[in-house]
Amino acid sequence: MSGEPQHIDDVHHELKLRGVLGWIEYRLPVFNWINNAVGTNYPTPKNLNYFWNFGALAGIALVIQILTGIVLAAHYVPTVDGAFASVERIMRDVNYGWLFRYVHANGASLFFAIVYVHLFRNLYYGSYKYPRELLWWLGLIILLLMIITAFMGYVLPWGQMSYWGATVITNLFGAIPVIGDELVLWLWGGYSVGEALLRGFYSLHYLLAFVIAGLAILHIWALHQHRSNNPLGIDIKGPQDVLPFHPYYTTKDLFGLGIYLILFAALVFYMPNALGEPDNYIPADPLQTPAHIVPEWYLLPFYAILRAIPDKLGGVMALAAALLVLFVVPWLDTSKVRSARFRPIYKQLFWILVADVFLLGYIGGSPAEGIYIPIGQLATAYYFLHFLVLLPIVGKLESPKPLPDSIATAVLEENKRKRARKLPQVGAQPTSAGGHH
Amino acid sequence: MTAEPKGDDGTRRDFIYIATGAFATVGAGIATWPFIDQMNPAADVLALASLEVDISGIQPGHALTVKWRGKPVFIRHRTPDEVQQARAVNVADLRDPVRDEDRVQQAEWLIVVGICTHLGCIPLGVKETDPKGDFDGYFCPCHGSHYDSSARVRKGPAPRNLEVPAYEFLTPTLVKIG
Ligand code: HEM
Ligand code: FES
Repeated sequence: MSGEPQHIDDVHHELKLRGVLGWIEYRLPVFNWINNAVGTNYPTPKNLNYFWNFGALAGIALVIQILTGIVLAAHYVPTVDGAFASVERIMRDVNYGWLFRYVHANGASLFFAIVYVHLFRNLYYGSYKYPRELLWWLGLIILLLMIITAFMGYVLPWGQMSYWGATVITNLFGAIPVIGDELVLWLWGGYSVGEALLRGFYSLHYLLAFVIAGLAILHIWALHQHRSNNPLGIDIKGPQDVLPFHPYYTTKDLFGLGIYLILFAALVFYMPNALGEPDNYIPADPLQTPAHIVPEWYLLPFYAILRAIPDKLGGVMALAAALLVLFVVPWLDTSKVRSARFRPIYKQLFWILVADVFLLGYIGGSPAEGIYIPIGQLATAYYFLHFLVLLPIVGKLESPKPLPDSIATAVLEENKRKRARKLPQVGAQPTSAGGHH
Repeated sequence: MTAEPKGDDGTRRDFIYIATGAFATVGAGIATWPFIDQMNPAADVLALASLEVDISGIQPGHALTVKWRGKPVFIRHRTPDEVQQARAVNVADLRDPVRDEDRVQQAEWLIVVGICTHLGCIPLGVKETDPKGDFDGYFCPCHGSHYDSSARVRKGPAPRNLEVPAYEFLTPTLVKIG
């Protein structure tokens, strides 16, 4: 770039359309709308790394859930007597039914994996900070609804885990003082988990996916207002810091999607039940509790926190707090610097938190006995310690490394350093998408 | 309506705004209730009949599970030993202090809803081979709650004793639950 630094909004790539497209565009400017959203007219920081693929992947994962879900819904029977059999029929008799169900079930798992990476990416690069707090909140609300949606979906096949998972989780609400018992009765629509609950869950499971889609649109709207954060965590200063989304990031996202679909296919075609619980292939039996009730892997850390507190109400409150604390992270983090790259102490705390969450997941999947109990309690305590104590203090005490002047200078310098270190440089580095020379 | 003083006009408008807003809010609030209440147990569910059980076949020391309102009910024929044990406890020490005498109508028959008061699993202890916990009653495997021979919680996370349903003895060997 040469001459005066321009404002990035001065760079316009208006589409000039003729013929049929021009006719439509004149009446409904949909093509420029797309172009402004994910096209050549959406300026994106030039230094995004592969962790910035996960938002787009999450969107695709949602679309896959909705498409496969609509097909499943056409063959599924939401009754206590019919549900299990209808899912077995989908698996055995409906043409490609097995494919739709395995894609839907494993797709839910991978959807969570993607969203968790996405969330921890934000924690690492401080993307939740000013001015992206609302963007962060919308993401957390989406996560909350995903948890509810997946839980309700898991009840639908009406296997043993479906039934007993529903029983244990709905009973949690009974811990709420005064209204608890009434609330549980209301959730059940009867005296136990049964027909009324199954139908209600089915209806809401279908609905919530679309509520999530709506929120995702708001999420992206908020993103576009201040544009993507980046690995350096510094603001875009001018056109030299950005690249048009298309073709640079459409290509990069497509590449990421390719990798994702390969993993997805490996899971669906070679180990479709690896992430599931065998007990859910036993029809629900209201008179027989399975020996171990465990949720799907993506809820295990929360389950561990629930069980860490030896009191029913306390456990429920800890579970809720574990999610709610994330909403106040933008204010608990007192550091002005976004990216952990320039925050030596926070960077270490981040990785300890990651390890802690994995530990919680492991504990959540283990029986609640012996040594697992105190470990689970310690890991829970650390989770809250990280957010409520360490995060505010570290922001004040730590002295961050100096920030680069701009994205462009940092990218140029990094490339220079790399070239000096090992000549010749082959291909682009994954950490600097814009480093083509 | 041509020569309204300005200030007066403003007040009337405010009134209309507020009245409209208030009506809409109350209306929306009232309209919400059916949406909430439709989820409560329906009339046919509430009308579920009670259940009559013949208990003549249950030997002392044995128990039976029956299904009532979709839930298991444990009917245990207690031995004199078990009764004695349940009554020897110092009630004040219990988490949910209730005397055994207040939990049964006839000393040898303990009838409780077989749903753990923690998170709703079904405790073990009905079958001969089941673990009965540290207090010779029921044991919930989900998170380790122990119930005694009066089905009172003695250990573990459960906050309350197993619930005693409404029941009556129609004859010495026929009990009506509900
Ligand atoms: C946020 C998106 C969604 C998530 C995370 C999700 C998750 C799940 C999960 C975990 C299951 C249980 C899978 C199993 O073990 O069998 C399930 C089942 C089901 N879902 Fe979804 N779902 C989503 C969207 C949808 C949509 C949009 C529909 C309908 C249009 C749908 C319809 C169904 C049906 C009919 C079942 C029962 C059949 C089965 O168990 O495979 N889902 N869902
Ligand atoms: S449900 Fe029985 S101990 Fe938790």
